[in-house]
Parts: sequence; C-alpha cells; structure tokens
Amino acid sequence: MDNSAALSIRNLSKEYKRGKPVLRDISLDFATRGFTAVIGPSGTGKSTLIRCINRLVEPTSGAVEFQGHDLVKLSGRALREARRGIGMVFQEYNLVERLTVMENLLTGRLGYVAPLKAWLRRFPQADIDEAFDLLDVVGLAGFANQRADSLSGGQRQRVGIARAVMQHPKLLLADEPTSSLDPKTSVEIMSLMRDLGTAKNIPIIVNMHDVELARRFADRIIGMSEGRVVYDGAPGALTDENLKTIYGGKDWLHP
Amino acid sequence: MTASATLDARTWRRFTPAQRIARFAVYLGIVVAIVVSFRAVEVIPEFLLDAPEQMADLFKRMWPVAFGYYPAGVHDALVETLHIATLGTIFAVIMAFPIGIMAARNITPSRPLNFVARLLLVSSRSVNSLVWALLFVAVFGPGALAGTLAIAFRSIGFIGKLVGEAIEEAHPGTLEALEAAGAPWFSLLTIGYWPQIQPAFWSVVLFRWDINVRESAVLGLVGAGGIGMALDTAMNLFQWDRVAMVLVAIFAVVIVAEIVVTQIRKRIL
Amino acid sequence: MNAAAARIAFPPNWWARAGWLLLAAYIVYACSLLDFTWARFMVGLDNGARFIARMFPPNFSRWEILVKGLTESIEIAVLASALGILISLPIGLFAARNLMPVWVTWPARMLIALCRSFHPVIVAIVFVKAIGFGALSGIAALTVASIGFIGKLFAEAIEEISLKQVEAVRATGAPFMNVITYGVLPQVFGRFIGFATYQLDSNLRNSTMVGIVGAGGIGGALFAAFQRFDYDFVCAMLLSIIILIFAGELLATRVRAVFLERSRVNEE
Repeated sequence: MDNSAALSIRNLSKEYKRGKPVLRDISLDFATRGFTAVIGPSGTGKSTLIRCINRLVEPTSGAVEFQGHDLVKLSGRALREARRGIGMVFQEYNLVERLTVMENLLTGRLGYVAPLKAWLRRFPQADIDEAFDLLDVVGLAGFANQRADSLSGGQRQRVGIARAVMQHPKLLLADEPTSSLDPKTSVEIMSLMRDLGTAKNIPIIVNMHDVELARRFADRIIGMSEGRVVYDGAPGALTDENLKTIYGGKDWLHP
Repeated sequence: MTASATLDARTWRRFTPAQRIARFAVYLGIVVAIVVSFRAVEVIPEFLLDAPEQMADLFKRMWPVAFGYYPAGVHDALVETLHIATLGTIFAVIMAFPIGIMAARNITPSRPLNFVARLLLVSSRSVNSLVWALLFVAVFGPGALAGTLAIAFRSIGFIGKLVGEAIEEAHPGTLEALEAAGAPWFSLLTIGYWPQIQPAFWSVVLFRWDINVRESAVLGLVGAGGIGMALDTAMNLFQWDRVAMVLVAIFAVVIVAEIVVTQIRKRIL
Repeated sequence: MNAAAARIAFPPNWWARAGWLLLAAYIVYACSLLDFTWARFMVGLDNGARFIARMFPPNFSRWEILVKGLTESIEIAVLASALGILISLPIGLFAARNLMPVWVTWPARMLIALCRSFHPVIVAIVFVKAIGFGALSGIAALTVASIGFIGKLFAEAIEEISLKQVEAVRATGAPFMNVITYGVLPQVFGRFIGFATYQLDSNLRNSTMVGIVGAGGIGGALFAAFQRFDYDFVCAMLLSIIILIFAGELLATRVRAVFLERSRVNEE
C-alpha cells in the first residue's frame, strides 16, 4: 500500500497559539485509491489536517508530500499549480452564489485557463463538453444556466463536487461535506463522491462527524483525538472501545 | 467575570466602567464643542431680526417666476449640467476601480500601496466639488471640461470607499474555494469578487450620480459650466424672477433624477 | 428542446451588451457635445503642470487667516449639526408612517423633501441675501441640509423597526414615552449614531466651502486666494482642509466605536 503512496504526511504539526498545538506530529500515508474518513470530536484538528494538505492553513512544521513535491515548501505559482491537482469540497459549498451552475463548474478550470480568457468566459470546448457531461453524472442535467443561489443544499454540494472533479485532481479532499445536509441527501452525496472517486481513480479523504456514515462508505477510518491519530484501520474493526477513546464519554454511543 | 463579582453579584451594570467613561467623554466633548462654537460665532442681532423681513422681500421679488426665460437661458445649460453629472460619474468609476482595488486589504496585500490608495481616496473626498471646480477652472479654463473633471475627481473617493467596503464584506468561503482550486489573482477578482459586489457597486454608482446632478448644478457659480452660470448671471443682475426660474428648473431636474434612480433600483437590484 | 441548444454554456445577455454599447456611444457623444478635444486636454495638462508647480511648496505664512477660517468652519459644522439633529428628531418621528397618522406624516415628509432638494450652496446664497454675510448664514444653510438628510434617514429607520418589539413593550402596560424609550429607540439608536456622525462629517466638508458665497468659514479665504493667484496659499489651505476632514473621520469612527457595541464574542 505504501510504495505507491499518493500522499504522505510526515510529522505534521500545527499550533494556532503558542503552546497549544492542534495537530501533534501526524504521520500518515494514503494510497492512490480508496475512501478515507477522518473522524473525531469538534476542535480535534480534523479540519486543520485537511486544510494543511492544500495549505489553506499553514502548518507549523512537518512535510506534505504529493506528486513528488513537498507542498509545505511551495509558494506562488508552484503552489497554485499543485493546488490544481487537489480538489476540495466544502461544508458550506462555497460556490460563487451569483454565478450560474455552469460558471461555477468552470471555476474548477481556473488554474488551467489564462485569467483574461476566464474573464471573457472563453473556456476550451473540451472543458465545456466535460462540464455538461459531469452535470449529467451528478444528476443536475438542465441546470447549467441556473444561478447557484437558487439551488437547494444538496444540489449545491453536487455542483461543489463537480467543480472539484473538473480540476482533474489526483486527490479529493472534503471538509465536512454533509454536515449541512439532511440524512438522505448526505447519503446521496457520499455515494456520489465514492462513485466518482472509483471511476476517476482518485483517492478521497473526507473529514466528517457522522460515524455511521463513515462506516458505511469508507475503506479506511482514521480517528483523531486531541490532535493525534488514535485509530487507523478498517471500518469493520472500529469497536465501541475505539469510539470511546476517540470521542470520550459513552452516553452518546447507545441509548 | 471580575474578581469583585462575588461582592456585587447582585448589582446590574449596563456598561462597564471603561465604557461609561468613554460615553461621558463623548457627551462632554459634544457639549463643550457646542458651547464654544456658540460663543465664538458672531451674531449680529440686527441682521437676525431683519431676516424674516429680508426673506419675505426676496421671495416677493422672485414672484412671478420668469418661466419665459427657460428656452433661451435655461434649457441648454440644464442639459449641459446633466451631461457634466453623467460623464463625471462615468470617469470617476473608471478611475476609482484601480484605486479601490489597491486600497482593499484583502486583494492587495502590499501595505504601502494600501496606504497610498487610501490617501488618494480620502483626499478626493475631502476636497469639495466646488473647490475641485475652482482648481480645474484655473487649469483648463472655464467651461464644462473643468466641471466634469471636478465631479469626477470628487466622486472617486466616494465610490472607491463604498466599493472598498463591499469588497471587504465579500463572503470569504467563496474566495477560499477558488484559491483551493489554484485560481490566479486576476481570476479571483473577476470571478470571486466581482459577482459578489455587483449589486453594491451599481447601488453606489446610482447614488453618486444622483448626488452629482445636484452638485453639477452649482459648479457654474465658479465658472465650471452648467446651469450654475445662468444662476450666477441672473443673481449678479438682480433678476430675481429669473433666479427663481433657474431654481425651479434645478429642483425639477433633481426630482426627475431621483425618480429615475428609484425606478432603476427597482429593476436591477 | 434540441440537444445543441441545450448545451449552450454561456447564453449571451443581449440586454447587457446593448447597455454597454449605449454607454460607449453616450461617452463619445457627450464628450463631443461638451467640446472635449484632445488638444484642449493636452493644453490643460501643460497648464496643470505649471499650476502644480506654483502650488508647491505650500505657503503657511498667513497661518492666522488659515486657522481663523478653519475654526470658523468647525464651529459652523458643530452648530449646524447640533441644531440639525435637534430639529430632525421630532420631525423624523412625525414623518414615520408606522407611528403617526397621515395628516402628521405628510407635512413632515414634505418639509424634509424640501430641505433635501437644494444644494447647500444655493441655500447658503439665499440666506446670505436674507441674513447677510457671515457664519450665521452658513449655519442656517447647513442646518437645512442636515434636516433633509437626518430627517429622512431617521424616519426610514423608524419605519424599519420591528413592531413586534414595540407591541411587546406596550403589552406590559408601559406609557407612551416608555414604549418609545424601550421599544423604539434601542432599535434605531445604532443607525442614528451612524448617520449623525456621517452628517457631522458632511457638514464639516460643506462648511469649508460655503464661504465661497460669503457664508463664513475658510471658503472665503480660499476663494480670495484663488482670485489673487496665490496658489501656494491655496495649497496650504487645501492640505489643512484634507487633514481636518481626515481627523473628523477618525473622530467619527471612535465615537461610533464607543456607542455601537459590537458583539464581543470574537474579541476574546
């Protein structure tokens, strides 16, 4: 599993305030395929971990090796080019509300298209064709010219996922992608991500708080507690004891 | 809570002591300012007592309003005033864009550039359009060119400041997503910020155009074109009925401009 | 719908295109109407360069006139704002359609609209003719302008309050004044501070210029200097005005910070 690791995190640490580390010396390897779910209580650093990978948050120390580069050391243009290869899905969808669905999908290509052309909406026809096809795949055929803010939460997240896939990423990150969605839609979204990941051969790392959802869709579960990894293994092997270690307390486990 | 909480746990204070002092200081400052100003200003009592009589006399001379003066003396100047206001606003928008972008801290990370841009915006706002008009009349000679540039330069600060505020209130999540996808700086502007600030932008521009129509009407008093010149001439010749005509014309144009702006607002925003 | 049409990524927005075209055409038309030729512009730039050269270095030697003018402008602004606020509060209240009957709101709104319609300079001219030269005319003119602005915004703020809160206070059996104090005023106080400080700022700007028509303040000295071609003194006065207004804005921000308590949750 490790010799073709797509992503290697080495000794990653992050302190927002001196002396109060949120991530403590995390080392993880991720294979080129597979659906990994990161679970843990709020404030334990799950979101920070995900965001350190594509440097939306600056790590305090450590290395993130992806595609032969240490992402922590990149800056400027090199960082942008590296980010193109990493797709991200957000909890609040983070679409450009006033633009249409099509325009939002194409923002995934902004790292590949010259700025002036992007402004004039002159994207390569191949991209546009791909966008239309993706809309069909995510179940939003016909929505191309609707404004993003007229869509429901589930629909917006589909656009968010499609946007990430438009980047032709080698890695897909998701930061609590279903936390703002109802249970049924959450399952649909997780399904969509898993299917796309398999079809396009992209490893997926999702940060989430719904343990059942994680068990159902993930191939690998990483449990974090207080900035450290306390569980790393198959969902089937996740016991109640493990969950107690991760989340603390037991009242929430069983009624 | 503070350590004294146990002792006066039952006392309710609306404001912290620091806040009370600050509020008191402001009230005191206001009162002092008013009293000092009041005593310093020279009030010549005869003038004050005379005032109602003088004003009545003035209004008597303005009546009947010289409507017949409109075609010859007023119409062209009025149209010129509208052009000055509109062109001036357009030029201001064009010039405000680069400066506004330079001043926005979340777009331009360079602090010195931010500062220079903000300085430009403050200066533009602090100099009254009438004073800008004086400057431009001295440089370009009397006429509409001076007036248009005066309106333009005065409006840059207004538009730049309010658009800058809209930029700073843009939803950060959207920008985060674009950055995560590797979008370059220019695309962040055109696709991240512009769609979000569009409504605020048009609102500010319309608002400023409305104000500029009012301002353009008086620039002629210093020779910068528009209907102010007709006003100035009529006043110097003590033709108060014509003055009244000009004032009525200005009033009408201002009302029409407001109606236009309200209608456009309803459609677009 | 045929498949090709369904696949148009960016349907052209004909209204927007027409709009931009119209705008471009207008600019060309208006420029020619107002006689903006390139030649004039170049001559102007040349003049401008010479002009700026004569303005620098700014000449502060006649600083007594400068200070006197500035202080008078400040005084005009302070008094006009105070008077304006004082008068606007009841008028604004009377103009609020959700609190007052029509026969009260109509005249109040007419008064406010009248005050807003005329440029402060024009009002200043009228007052100068009536009351005579000096700061008093300036104060009167700017008070009128303040009533127009504050009155309108205050009425709007009152009309936008949630009547549910007022209803709740009324349900406790509180007398009218208490209903106003606890139900209405807390909701409008924030916005009131906002536009009161804005109007003070605006009056400060205007007070520096009503002097041009004789209504007191530094405008008179400024105009006189222009006519005498004393451009370096003009520059000194302009710089002082800019600094004054900037200081005024900073002061306004501090006052707003004192009275508008923002939620403190994020400041820990």
